[in-house]
Amino acid sequence: MSLLEIEDLSLEIHGEAILKNVSMQVEPGRVLGVIGESGSGKSMTAFSVLQLLPNGSVSRGRIALSGRDILNASEKDLCSMRGRDVGMVFQEPMTALNPLQTIGAQVAETILVHERVPKAEALARAADALRRAELPADRFPLTRYPHELSGGQRQRVVIAMAIALRPKLLIADEPTTALDVTTQAQILDLLKRLVAEDGMGLMLISHDLAVVADLADDLVIMRSGEVVESGPAHGLFRNMKHPYSRALLEASGHVPDRNGAAQETALLKVNSVTREYQTHTHGWWGRTTHVRAVDTVSFEIRKGESLGLVGESGCGKSTLTRAILGLEEIQGGEILLDGTPVVSHHRVNRDIRRRMQVVFQDPYGSFNPRWRVDRLITEPFHLLDNPPRGPDRDAAVAEALESVGLGAGDSRKYIHEFSGGQRQRIAIARALIIKPDLIILDEAVSALDVSVRAQVLDLLAGLADRFGLTYLFISHDLSVVRSITERVLVMKSGQIVEEGPTDSVFDKPQHAYTKQLVAAAPVLPADVA
Amino acid sequence: MNRLLHNRSTLPGALLTLIFAGAALISLVWVPYDTTVLNIADRMKLPSLAHPFGTDQFGRDILSMLMVGARTSIAVALVAVGIGMLAGVPLGLAAAARKGSLPDEIIMRTNDLVFAFPSLLIAVMITAVFGASALNAIIAIGIFNIPVFARLTRGAALTLWSREYVMAARVAGKGAARISLEHILPNVTNLLIVQGTIQFSLGILAEAGLSYVGLGAQPPTASWGRMLADSQTMISLAPHLAIFPGMAILLTVLGLNLLGDGLRDLLDPRLRRART
Repeated sequence: MSLLEIEDLSLEIHGEAILKNVSMQVEPGRVLGVIGESGSGKSMTAFSVLQLLPNGSVSRGRIALSGRDILNASEKDLCSMRGRDVGMVFQEPMTALNPLQTIGAQVAETILVHERVPKAEALARAADALRRAELPADRFPLTRYPHELSGGQRQRVVIAMAIALRPKLLIADEPTTALDVTTQAQILDLLKRLVAEDGMGLMLISHDLAVVADLADDLVIMRSGEVVESGPAHGLFRNMKHPYSRALLEASGHVPDRNGAAQETALLKVNSVTREYQTHTHGWWGRTTHVRAVDTVSFEIRKGESLGLVGESGCGKSTLTRAILGLEEIQGGEILLDGTPVVSHHRVNRDIRRRMQVVFQDPYGSFNPRWRVDRLITEPFHLLDNPPRGPDRDAAVAEALESVGLGAGDSRKYIHEFSGGQRQRIAIARALIIKPDLIILDEAVSALDVSVRAQVLDLLAGLADRFGLTYLFISHDLSVVRSITERVLVMKSGQIVEEGPTDSVFDKPQHAYTKQLVAAAPVLPADVA
Repeated sequence: MNRLLHNRSTLPGALLTLIFAGAALISLVWVPYDTTVLNIADRMKLPSLAHPFGTDQFGRDILSMLMVGARTSIAVALVAVGIGMLAGVPLGLAAAARKGSLPDEIIMRTNDLVFAFPSLLIAVMITAVFGASALNAIIAIGIFNIPVFARLTRGAALTLWSREYVMAARVAGKGAARISLEHILPNVTNLLIVQGTIQFSLGILAEAGLSYVGLGAQPPTASWGRMLADSQTMISLAPHLAIFPGMAILLTVLGLNLLGDGLRDLLDPRLRRART
């Protein structure tokens, strides 16, 4: 008998079909990987197992945990099951913990809810759970608060909460999506070890094929509420039958075609740039400390080149972006575009700024929700001395929208009428409209589903060839950087630690940190597709 | 609009507000009886067909007095909220745009200073110094609305300043003033409308309070607060003299608060999503 059996599960929320005849099993001591893009119903399947569904949900089918029916269980039974028999790890470790409670209290709470034990004993067991999640009490006392921990450490606390009662089943919903590559590798190792130690079943939900490929024994691939393919991971990866699974696999390793070649002349020169932040430790009159976000960084981008900038969160890559765009003043060094400084005499050089544009990561946060598309994408016209008006402006809007694969008819729509991928296209249109030379892509494809990501990468490659664009491609995702850039910089703690042609840096990393990054990046099995 | 009607608190709130606003508007062109004419023969009459709410100690029709009084209350509160918004919102936007700078500190610390005094007390002081009149009451209440709006605007604007669309506008070379006007202000209006209705009801309360101690609108202008004060000594003889103006204040404030709550639920996209 399987640990978890889902048979023909259908789910409707307010009459809208979310899941259609979904079936899957989790065996004890094995990892089931559930893969799908946003809207595929993978998270809803997990919430169905816990019966934590939104109001107005109607489920049909059968869900059984160790043979016990869940769909018809009473709320009281479900409460005693959640946390005790099934643990859950969420995506966002920053919001999954209560900021006002110590980590010890939060882990102990799970125990106290389910068992009538003295508080001291619960705390002792919480310490044990944290130790198993690799947060030993001598280095991470139970009295720590979540804000004193890093993202990866918080995710360990969340895992400790989930495994405190040694559940039979652990559900992890995108447990590493919000984390850096090296932290991701550590968390995945931890989950693997826990499964082996406790013999529990793990349902690992992810959009990232490579993450799941490394860990899962069995695979389920979902699309729009249906299971399109399932089976043992080993066989499935080598022998994908359904066209969607194959498309998904292809998109994950997609490399866009590039024709244009970089010229010899440098477009952007960054010479030993330093950016420091002053922080006051105790109010206005406290001692001031300096944090060097960017520390004597030098590099150049040649015309028509795509340069990658790789680094984990907090390495200073966003600060560097803002400095290049002239949004932040630098304390040392200089930034030159075509030989002219971006900032001179504390004033941003308008002639230079209009030759640079940026595309941000978040397709939802980068547009004013109250503006229509035409107004949104013409915002950079503000940089021009004589912005086009009337029919000229409409023609420019239409041209920009058409060059990113949208229609001129979309110009009067509001941003909420578009999907994430379309919004990112609009963000690119906004960057293109004043025909810049350099476009900075700040994690521009990180929030997109793999298939959409492949399309946007193709679009970017096409646009670069067509308009002779130069890209600075900033990302934490090595596979994306590898597919679109020719040269790459690796940044750590404000410094560039390695630089070179993308392939040679990733194939033969020299610096210890680069080696660590490359080793940590999840990869699909080599013999696949 | 459909959602407006289906919200549990918006509908009664809007109805109460409409009734009082309507009464005030009608009183501009027509009232049942002239409130400046005394008719001692008819004094302290209980409610009847001729005088639905009765008459006061000078024989004036209480319904007419309430209608004219609604005008005073609404005018005072409206102008006071207007002063608060016109001064407070730009201050808040400016403080947020230059967060952590000297102007920000000056604006916010001055706000703290104004907040530190009980508002009614200072209002009493202002009217005591400059004379008791509806105008001075308006100014006093208005001044205390400024920090409320400044703080609210600054807080909301700060979160918006870290949005990527604001960053995109900065990349497009737009200055702080322009970004505040084009991107920040439209996205904080929801909050301002909600806070406006709440401050409006507080303004009505403050006006009634000032008039009650004789520092608001002066006779012969009718005012709910003064009607209450005048009826105080006669409460055991003719309780309806106090009950009707008291009810008017209570119901208007209740209506506005309900409307404010409802609008907040309606306009806050997070709450909207949580309900559906």
